[in-house]
Amino acid sequence: MEHFLSLGVRSAFLENMALAYFLGMCSFLACSKKVDTAFGLGVAVMFVQVLTVPLNNLLLKYLLAEGALAWLSPALATVDLSFLSFILFIATIAAAVQVVEMTVERFAPALYTTLGVFLPLIAVNCVILGGSLFMQEREYSLADSVVFGIGSGFGFAIAIVALAAIREKLVYSNVPAGLRGLGITFITAGLMSLAFMVFSGIQL
Amino acid sequence: MSATVPAAPATAPRLGKEERAALFNPILLNNPIGVQVLGICSALAITTRMDKALVMSAGVVMVAMLANLAVSLVRNHTPNAIRIIVQLAIIASLVIVFDQVLKATLYELSLELSVFVGLIITNCIVMGRAEGFAMSNPPLRSLLDGIGNGLGYALVLLLVAFTRELLGAGKVFGFTVLPLAKDGGWYVPNGLMLLAPSALFVIGLLIWALRTWKPELQEKE
Repeated sequence: MEHFLSLGVRSAFLENMALAYFLGMCSFLACSKKVDTAFGLGVAVMFVQVLTVPLNNLLLKYLLAEGALAWLSPALATVDLSFLSFILFIATIAAAVQVVEMTVERFAPALYTTLGVFLPLIAVNCVILGGSLFMQEREYSLADSVVFGIGSGFGFAIAIVALAAIREKLVYSNVPAGLRGLGITFITAGLMSLAFMVFSGIQL
Repeated sequence: MSATVPAAPATAPRLGKEERAALFNPILLNNPIGVQVLGICSALAITTRMDKALVMSAGVVMVAMLANLAVSLVRNHTPNAIRIIVQLAIIASLVIVFDQVLKATLYELSLELSVFVGLIITNCIVMGRAEGFAMSNPPLRSLLDGIGNGLGYALVLLLVAFTRELLGAGKVFGFTVLPLAKDGGWYVPNGLMLLAPSALFVIGLLIWALRTWKPELQEKE
Protein backbone atom coordinates (compact mmCIF):
# COMPACT_ATOMS: atom_id res chain seq x y z
CA MET A 1 0.00 0.00 0.00
CA GLU A 2 2.78 2.36 1.00
CA HIS A 3 4.52 1.59 -2.29
CA PHE A 4 1.46 2.65 -4.31
CA LEU A 5 0.95 5.81 -2.28
CA SER A 6 4.56 6.76 -2.79
CA LEU A 7 4.37 6.00 -6.52
CA GLY A 8 1.17 8.00 -6.91
CA VAL A 9 2.51 11.07 -5.11
CA ARG A 10 5.82 10.85 -6.93
CA SER A 11 4.22 10.66 -10.37
CA ALA A 12 1.76 13.46 -9.65
CA PHE A 13 4.03 16.02 -7.99
CA LEU A 14 7.68 15.16 -7.87
CA GLU A 15 7.93 13.81 -11.41
CA ASN A 16 5.18 16.01 -12.76
CA MET A 17 4.80 15.29 -16.48
CA ALA A 18 4.46 18.91 -17.52
CA LEU A 19 6.74 20.69 -15.09
CA ALA A 20 9.55 18.20 -14.52
CA TYR A 21 9.67 16.32 -17.83
CA PHE A 22 8.15 18.98 -20.10
CA LEU A 23 5.80 16.50 -21.72
CA GLY A 24 2.65 17.73 -23.40
CA MET A 25 4.12 21.23 -23.61
CA CYS A 26 2.30 22.06 -26.85
CA SER A 27 -1.16 21.62 -25.37
CA PHE A 28 0.11 22.84 -21.99
CA LEU A 29 0.85 26.22 -23.58
CA ALA A 30 -1.86 26.30 -26.23
CA CYS A 31 -4.86 25.28 -24.11
CA SER A 32 -4.09 27.20 -20.94
CA LYS A 33 -5.64 30.54 -21.82
CA LYS A 34 -8.86 29.77 -19.91
CA VAL A 35 -9.46 27.68 -16.82
CA ASP A 36 -12.48 25.95 -18.38
CA THR A 37 -10.66 24.57 -21.40
CA ALA A 38 -7.64 23.72 -19.29
CA PHE A 39 -9.83 21.75 -16.91
CA GLY A 40 -11.49 19.90 -19.80
CA LEU A 41 -8.15 18.98 -21.33
CA GLY A 42 -6.76 17.95 -17.96
CA VAL A 43 -9.65 15.60 -17.28
CA ALA A 44 -9.46 14.12 -20.78
CA VAL A 45 -5.72 13.51 -20.50
CA MET A 46 -6.13 11.87 -17.12
CA PHE A 47 -8.90 9.64 -18.46
CA VAL A 48 -6.95 8.48 -21.51
CA GLN A 49 -3.78 8.06 -19.45
CA VAL A 50 -5.51 5.77 -16.94
CA LEU A 51 -6.82 3.71 -19.85
CA THR A 52 -3.75 3.43 -22.06
CA VAL A 53 -0.90 2.87 -19.61
CA PRO A 54 -2.34 -0.39 -18.17
CA LEU A 55 -3.50 -1.45 -21.65
CA ASN A 56 -0.02 -0.97 -23.07
CA ASN A 57 1.38 -2.75 -20.03
CA LEU A 58 -0.70 -5.82 -20.85
CA LEU A 59 0.25 -5.69 -24.53
CA LEU A 60 3.90 -5.38 -23.62
CA LYS A 61 3.75 -8.31 -21.23
CA TYR A 62 1.76 -10.71 -23.41
CA LEU A 63 2.87 -9.74 -26.92
CA LEU A 64 6.16 -7.91 -27.12
CA ALA A 65 8.44 -8.82 -24.22
CA GLU A 66 11.03 -11.51 -24.66
CA GLY A 67 9.40 -14.93 -24.48
CA ALA A 68 5.92 -13.41 -24.35
CA LEU A 69 4.83 -15.30 -27.43
CA ALA A 70 5.60 -18.70 -25.88
CA TRP A 71 1.88 -19.36 -25.44
CA LEU A 72 1.49 -19.43 -29.23
CA SER A 73 4.15 -22.00 -29.89
CA PRO A 74 7.29 -23.11 -28.03
CA ALA A 75 9.34 -22.14 -31.06
CA LEU A 76 8.54 -18.49 -30.40
CA ALA A 77 9.82 -18.55 -26.82
CA THR A 78 12.99 -16.63 -27.65
CA VAL A 79 11.36 -13.96 -29.79
CA ASP A 80 11.84 -10.43 -28.42
CA LEU A 81 9.63 -7.89 -30.13
CA SER A 82 10.03 -5.06 -27.64
CA PHE A 83 11.64 -2.85 -30.28
CA LEU A 84 8.18 -2.62 -31.84
CA SER A 85 6.80 -0.96 -28.72
CA PHE A 86 6.74 2.57 -30.21
CA ILE A 87 4.49 1.65 -33.10
CA LEU A 88 2.23 -0.57 -31.01
CA PHE A 89 1.87 2.02 -28.24
CA ILE A 90 0.93 4.78 -30.63
CA ALA A 91 -1.59 2.50 -32.34
CA THR A 92 -3.17 1.56 -29.00
CA ILE A 93 -3.32 5.20 -28.00
CA ALA A 94 -4.93 6.29 -31.26
CA ALA A 95 -7.47 3.48 -31.02
CA ALA A 96 -8.20 4.14 -27.33
CA VAL A 97 -8.73 7.83 -27.98
CA GLN A 98 -11.14 6.96 -30.79
CA VAL A 99 -13.13 4.59 -28.53
CA VAL A 100 -13.17 7.11 -25.69
CA GLU A 101 -14.36 9.80 -28.07
CA MET A 102 -17.25 7.69 -29.36
CA THR A 103 -18.23 6.55 -25.87
CA VAL A 104 -18.23 10.06 -24.47
CA GLU A 105 -20.22 11.33 -27.44
CA ARG A 106 -22.84 8.62 -26.99
CA PHE A 107 -23.24 8.67 -23.20
CA ALA A 108 -22.13 12.12 -22.07
CA PRO A 109 -22.91 14.64 -24.84
CA ALA A 110 -22.42 17.60 -22.50
CA LEU A 111 -18.86 16.55 -21.64
CA TYR A 112 -18.22 15.86 -25.32
CA THR A 113 -19.12 19.41 -26.29
CA THR A 114 -16.92 20.80 -23.53
CA LEU A 115 -13.88 18.77 -24.54
CA GLY A 116 -14.54 19.43 -28.22
CA VAL A 117 -11.42 19.29 -30.32
CA PHE A 118 -9.12 18.31 -27.46
CA LEU A 119 -10.19 14.68 -27.34
CA PRO A 120 -8.80 13.66 -30.75
CA LEU A 121 -5.71 15.81 -30.15
CA ILE A 122 -4.82 13.77 -27.10
CA ALA A 123 -3.71 10.96 -29.42
CA VAL A 124 -0.58 12.93 -30.27
CA ASN A 125 -0.04 14.35 -26.78
CA CYS A 126 3.42 13.49 -25.48
CA VAL A 127 2.08 12.93 -21.95
CA ILE A 128 0.19 9.87 -23.09
CA LEU A 129 2.96 8.26 -25.14
CA GLY A 130 5.52 9.37 -22.55
CA GLY A 131 3.50 7.67 -19.81
CA SER A 132 3.53 4.37 -21.67
CA LEU A 133 7.25 4.67 -22.47
CA PHE A 134 8.11 5.42 -18.83
CA MET A 135 6.03 2.40 -17.88
CA GLN A 136 8.13 0.25 -20.22
CA GLU A 137 11.45 1.74 -19.14
CA ARG A 138 10.78 1.43 -15.41
CA GLU A 139 9.21 -2.03 -15.78
CA TYR A 140 6.01 -1.30 -13.86
CA SER A 141 3.63 -4.10 -12.98
CA LEU A 142 -0.04 -3.87 -13.97
CA ALA A 143 -1.08 -2.40 -10.59
CA ASP A 144 1.86 0.01 -10.69
CA SER A 145 0.85 1.23 -14.12
CA VAL A 146 -2.73 1.91 -13.01
CA VAL A 147 -1.45 4.03 -10.11
CA PHE A 148 1.12 5.69 -12.36
CA GLY A 149 -1.58 6.47 -14.95
CA ILE A 150 -3.80 8.12 -12.34
CA GLY A 151 -0.92 10.01 -10.73
CA SER A 152 0.69 11.35 -13.88
CA GLY A 153 -2.65 12.29 -15.45
CA PHE A 154 -3.67 14.10 -12.25
CA GLY A 155 -0.33 15.88 -12.10
CA PHE A 156 -0.71 17.16 -15.66
CA ALA A 157 -4.30 18.26 -14.94
CA ILE A 158 -3.42 20.34 -11.87
CA ALA A 159 -0.41 21.85 -13.63
CA ILE A 160 -2.42 23.02 -16.63
CA VAL A 161 -5.32 24.32 -14.52
CA ALA A 162 -2.92 26.24 -12.29
CA LEU A 163 -1.15 27.75 -15.29
CA ALA A 164 -4.49 28.77 -16.82
CA ALA A 165 -5.53 30.45 -13.58
CA ILE A 166 -2.29 32.44 -13.52
CA ARG A 167 -2.64 33.41 -17.20
CA GLU A 168 -6.19 34.66 -16.64
CA LYS A 169 -4.79 37.08 -14.06
CA LEU A 170 -1.80 37.97 -16.23
CA VAL A 171 -4.12 39.64 -18.74
CA TYR A 172 -4.21 42.65 -16.41
CA SER A 173 -0.45 42.98 -16.12
CA ASN A 174 1.78 45.26 -18.12
CA VAL A 175 4.13 42.83 -19.83
CA PRO A 176 6.97 44.09 -22.10
CA ALA A 177 5.87 43.89 -25.74
CA GLY A 178 8.33 41.22 -26.85
CA LEU A 179 7.51 39.01 -23.90
CA ARG A 180 3.73 39.12 -24.33
CA GLY A 181 1.91 35.85 -24.91
CA LEU A 182 4.31 32.97 -25.35
CA GLY A 183 7.38 34.44 -23.66
CA ILE A 184 5.77 35.30 -20.36
CA THR A 185 3.97 31.95 -20.36
CA PHE A 186 7.33 30.19 -20.48
CA ILE A 187 8.65 32.27 -17.60
CA THR A 188 5.48 31.60 -15.60
CA ALA A 189 5.76 27.87 -16.25
CA GLY A 190 9.41 28.06 -15.17
CA LEU A 191 8.42 29.65 -11.87
CA MET A 192 5.73 27.00 -11.39
CA SER A 193 8.28 24.31 -12.11
CA LEU A 194 10.54 25.87 -9.49
CA ALA A 195 7.65 25.80 -7.02
CA PHE A 196 6.96 22.14 -7.76
CA MET A 197 10.53 21.30 -6.87
CA VAL A 198 9.69 21.71 -3.19
CA PHE A 199 7.93 18.36 -3.42
CA SER A 200 11.28 16.70 -3.92
CA GLY A 201 11.74 16.87 -0.16
CA ILE A 202 8.79 14.54 0.39
CA GLN A 203 9.72 11.03 1.47
CA LEU A 204 6.95 8.48 1.88
CA MET B 1 18.59 34.38 -57.84
CA SER B 2 19.62 37.00 -60.43
CA ALA B 3 17.72 37.46 -63.71
CA THR B 4 20.69 36.43 -65.85
CA VAL B 5 20.53 32.88 -64.57
CA PRO B 6 18.12 30.93 -66.79
CA ALA B 7 15.38 28.91 -65.16
CA ALA B 8 16.69 25.47 -64.34
CA PRO B 9 15.60 22.86 -66.88
CA ALA B 10 14.10 19.66 -65.60
CA THR B 11 17.21 17.69 -66.51
CA ALA B 12 19.44 19.72 -64.18
CA PRO B 13 17.75 19.73 -60.81
CA ARG B 14 18.80 22.73 -58.78
CA LEU B 15 17.25 24.66 -56.01
CA GLY B 16 14.62 27.13 -57.18
CA LYS B 17 13.23 29.95 -55.12
CA GLU B 18 10.57 27.89 -53.42
CA GLU B 19 12.99 25.09 -52.60
CA ARG B 20 15.38 27.54 -51.02
CA ALA B 21 12.55 29.13 -49.07
CA ALA B 22 11.51 25.69 -47.84
CA LEU B 23 15.04 24.99 -46.68
CA PHE B 24 16.11 28.30 -45.15
CA ASN B 25 12.97 29.99 -43.84
CA PRO B 26 12.35 27.61 -40.94
CA ILE B 27 15.90 27.98 -39.64
CA LEU B 28 15.43 31.53 -38.42
CA LEU B 29 12.49 33.52 -39.81
CA ASN B 30 9.89 30.86 -39.23
CA ASN B 31 11.66 28.89 -36.53
CA PRO B 32 9.55 25.91 -35.40
CA ILE B 33 10.20 26.50 -31.71
CA GLY B 34 10.48 30.27 -31.49
CA VAL B 35 7.77 31.22 -33.95
CA GLN B 36 5.52 28.28 -34.76
CA VAL B 37 5.62 26.97 -31.14
CA LEU B 38 6.00 23.34 -32.20
CA GLY B 39 7.95 20.55 -30.57
CA ILE B 40 8.89 22.22 -27.32
CA CYS B 41 8.23 19.09 -25.27
CA SER B 42 11.48 17.39 -26.04
CA ALA B 43 13.35 20.65 -26.57
CA LEU B 44 13.47 21.25 -22.86
CA ALA B 45 14.12 17.98 -21.14
CA ILE B 46 17.33 16.94 -22.86
CA THR B 47 19.13 20.26 -22.99
CA THR B 48 21.25 19.87 -19.88
CA ARG B 49 24.24 18.81 -21.99
CA MET B 50 25.40 19.56 -25.51
CA ASP B 51 25.99 15.95 -26.56
CA LYS B 52 22.43 14.92 -25.64
CA ALA B 53 21.04 17.89 -27.53
CA LEU B 54 23.18 17.10 -30.56
CA VAL B 55 22.03 13.48 -30.77
CA MET B 56 18.43 14.50 -30.29
CA SER B 57 18.76 17.15 -33.03
CA ALA B 58 20.27 14.60 -35.39
CA GLY B 59 17.30 12.32 -34.73
CA VAL B 60 14.74 15.01 -35.37
CA VAL B 61 16.46 16.24 -38.56
CA MET B 62 16.62 12.69 -39.89
CA VAL B 63 13.05 11.78 -38.97
CA ALA B 64 11.57 15.09 -40.16
CA MET B 65 13.45 14.85 -43.46
CA LEU B 66 12.58 11.25 -44.28
CA ALA B 67 9.04 11.46 -42.94
CA ASN B 68 8.35 14.52 -45.09
CA LEU B 69 9.80 12.74 -48.12
CA ALA B 70 7.81 9.55 -47.53
CA VAL B 71 4.56 11.34 -46.77
CA SER B 72 4.99 13.49 -49.85
CA LEU B 73 5.68 10.45 -52.04
CA VAL B 74 2.48 8.68 -50.99
CA ARG B 75 0.35 11.80 -50.68
CA ASN B 76 -1.61 11.18 -53.87
CA HIS B 77 -2.38 7.58 -52.90
CA THR B 78 -3.45 8.26 -49.31
CA PRO B 79 -7.20 8.44 -48.66
CA ASN B 80 -7.92 11.58 -46.70
CA ALA B 81 -9.72 9.78 -43.88
CA ILE B 82 -6.72 7.67 -42.83
CA ARG B 83 -3.89 10.12 -43.53
CA ILE B 84 -3.06 10.67 -39.84
CA ILE B 85 -2.64 6.94 -39.29
CA VAL B 86 -0.43 6.68 -42.38
CA GLN B 87 1.73 9.57 -41.16
CA LEU B 88 1.98 8.11 -37.66
CA ALA B 89 2.99 4.71 -39.04
CA ILE B 90 5.71 6.26 -41.22
CA ILE B 91 7.04 8.43 -38.40
CA ALA B 92 6.95 5.64 -35.82
CA SER B 93 8.86 3.30 -38.14
CA LEU B 94 11.54 5.93 -38.73
CA VAL B 95 11.88 6.59 -35.01
CA ILE B 96 12.25 2.85 -34.33
CA VAL B 97 15.10 2.76 -36.85
CA PHE B 98 16.79 5.75 -35.22
CA ASP B 99 16.31 4.28 -31.74
CA GLN B 100 17.83 0.93 -32.76
CA VAL B 101 20.80 2.61 -34.44
CA LEU B 102 21.36 4.75 -31.36
CA LYS B 103 21.19 1.74 -29.03
CA ALA B 104 23.69 -0.10 -31.21
CA THR B 105 26.19 2.73 -31.50
CA LEU B 106 25.86 5.05 -28.49
CA TYR B 107 24.32 2.84 -25.84
CA GLU B 108 25.21 5.02 -22.82
CA LEU B 109 23.71 8.11 -24.39
CA SER B 110 20.58 6.25 -25.43
CA LEU B 111 20.00 5.31 -21.79
CA GLU B 112 20.27 8.93 -20.75
CA LEU B 113 17.89 10.11 -23.46
CA SER B 114 15.51 7.38 -22.19
CA VAL B 115 11.95 7.96 -23.39
CA PHE B 116 12.68 11.13 -25.28
CA VAL B 117 13.86 9.35 -28.42
CA GLY B 118 10.51 7.57 -28.59
CA LEU B 119 8.78 10.87 -28.08
CA ILE B 120 10.07 12.15 -31.43
CA ILE B 121 6.95 10.33 -32.71
CA THR B 122 4.69 12.82 -31.02
CA ASN B 123 7.02 15.74 -31.66
CA CYS B 124 4.72 18.31 -33.16
CA ILE B 125 7.37 19.49 -35.63
CA VAL B 126 7.45 16.16 -37.44
CA MET B 127 3.68 15.66 -37.44
CA GLY B 128 2.99 19.31 -38.12
CA ARG B 129 5.27 19.51 -41.16
CA ALA B 130 4.06 16.18 -42.54
CA GLU B 131 0.45 17.27 -42.25
CA GLY B 132 0.91 20.95 -43.05
CA PHE B 133 3.56 20.86 -45.76
CA ALA B 134 4.37 17.42 -47.16
CA MET B 135 0.72 16.54 -47.82
CA SER B 136 0.46 19.34 -50.36
CA ASN B 137 3.96 19.68 -51.82
CA PRO B 138 6.22 17.65 -54.15
CA PRO B 139 8.89 15.34 -52.66
CA LEU B 140 12.04 17.46 -53.14
CA ARG B 141 10.50 20.55 -51.60
CA SER B 142 9.12 18.51 -48.71
CA LEU B 143 12.50 16.93 -48.10
CA LEU B 144 14.12 20.37 -47.89
CA ASP B 145 11.34 21.66 -45.67
CA GLY B 146 11.96 18.71 -43.34
CA ILE B 147 15.70 19.46 -43.20
CA GLY B 148 15.04 23.16 -42.65
CA ASN B 149 12.63 22.60 -39.81
CA GLY B 150 14.88 20.00 -38.25
CA LEU B 151 17.80 22.43 -38.38
CA GLY B 152 15.71 25.24 -36.94
CA TYR B 153 14.82 22.94 -34.05
CA ALA B 154 18.46 21.89 -33.70
CA LEU B 155 19.60 25.51 -33.57
CA VAL B 156 17.36 26.37 -30.62
CA LEU B 157 18.12 23.08 -28.89
CA LEU B 158 21.88 23.58 -29.14
CA LEU B 159 21.61 27.20 -28.05
CA VAL B 160 19.66 26.25 -24.94
CA ALA B 161 21.95 23.31 -24.20
CA PHE B 162 25.02 25.52 -24.63
CA THR B 163 23.70 28.07 -22.14
CA ARG B 164 22.67 25.44 -19.62
CA GLU B 165 25.83 23.33 -19.78
CA LEU B 166 28.15 26.35 -19.75
CA LEU B 167 26.49 28.16 -16.85
CA GLY B 168 25.46 25.03 -14.96
CA ALA B 169 28.61 22.95 -15.18
CA GLY B 170 31.20 25.26 -16.75
CA LYS B 171 31.59 22.82 -19.62
CA VAL B 172 30.85 22.55 -23.33
CA PHE B 173 30.52 19.02 -24.78
CA GLY B 174 31.98 17.76 -21.50
CA PHE B 175 35.19 19.83 -21.83
CA THR B 176 35.82 22.33 -19.07
CA VAL B 177 35.64 25.89 -20.36
CA LEU B 178 35.15 27.76 -17.12
CA PRO B 179 37.35 26.19 -14.39
CA LEU B 180 35.13 25.40 -11.41
CA ALA B 181 35.85 26.89 -7.99
CA LYS B 182 35.79 23.47 -6.33
CA ASP B 183 38.59 22.33 -8.66
CA GLY B 184 40.72 25.38 -7.91
CA GLY B 185 39.31 27.61 -10.68
CA TRP B 186 37.26 30.76 -10.34
CA TYR B 187 33.79 29.86 -11.66
CA VAL B 188 31.03 28.99 -9.19
CA PRO B 189 28.45 27.06 -11.23
CA ASN B 190 24.80 27.99 -11.14
CA GLY B 191 23.15 24.72 -10.15
CA LEU B 192 19.71 25.95 -11.17
CA MET B 193 20.79 25.77 -14.79
CA LEU B 194 20.91 21.98 -14.59
CA LEU B 195 17.41 21.75 -13.12
CA ALA B 196 14.14 21.68 -15.03
CA PRO B 197 12.92 25.30 -14.53
CA SER B 198 15.94 26.88 -16.18
CA ALA B 199 15.05 25.38 -19.57
CA LEU B 200 11.74 27.22 -19.46
CA PHE B 201 13.45 30.46 -18.46
CA VAL B 202 16.08 30.19 -21.19
CA ILE B 203 13.49 29.52 -23.92
CA GLY B 204 11.30 32.35 -22.59
CA LEU B 205 14.23 34.74 -22.77
CA LEU B 206 15.18 33.47 -26.25
CA ILE B 207 11.66 34.17 -27.49
CA TRP B 208 11.81 37.60 -25.90
CA ALA B 209 15.09 38.35 -27.70
CA LEU B 210 13.76 37.04 -31.03
CA ARG B 211 10.58 39.07 -30.79
CA THR B 212 12.36 42.23 -29.76
CA TRP B 213 14.62 41.82 -32.78
CA LYS B 214 11.66 41.09 -35.09
CA PRO B 215 8.75 43.13 -33.71
CA GLU B 216 6.33 41.78 -36.35
CA LEU B 217 6.31 38.47 -34.46
CA GLN B 218 4.92 40.04 -31.30
CA GLU B 219 1.48 38.93 -30.14
CA LYS B 220 -1.32 41.44 -30.01
CA GLU B 221 -3.69 41.10 -27.09
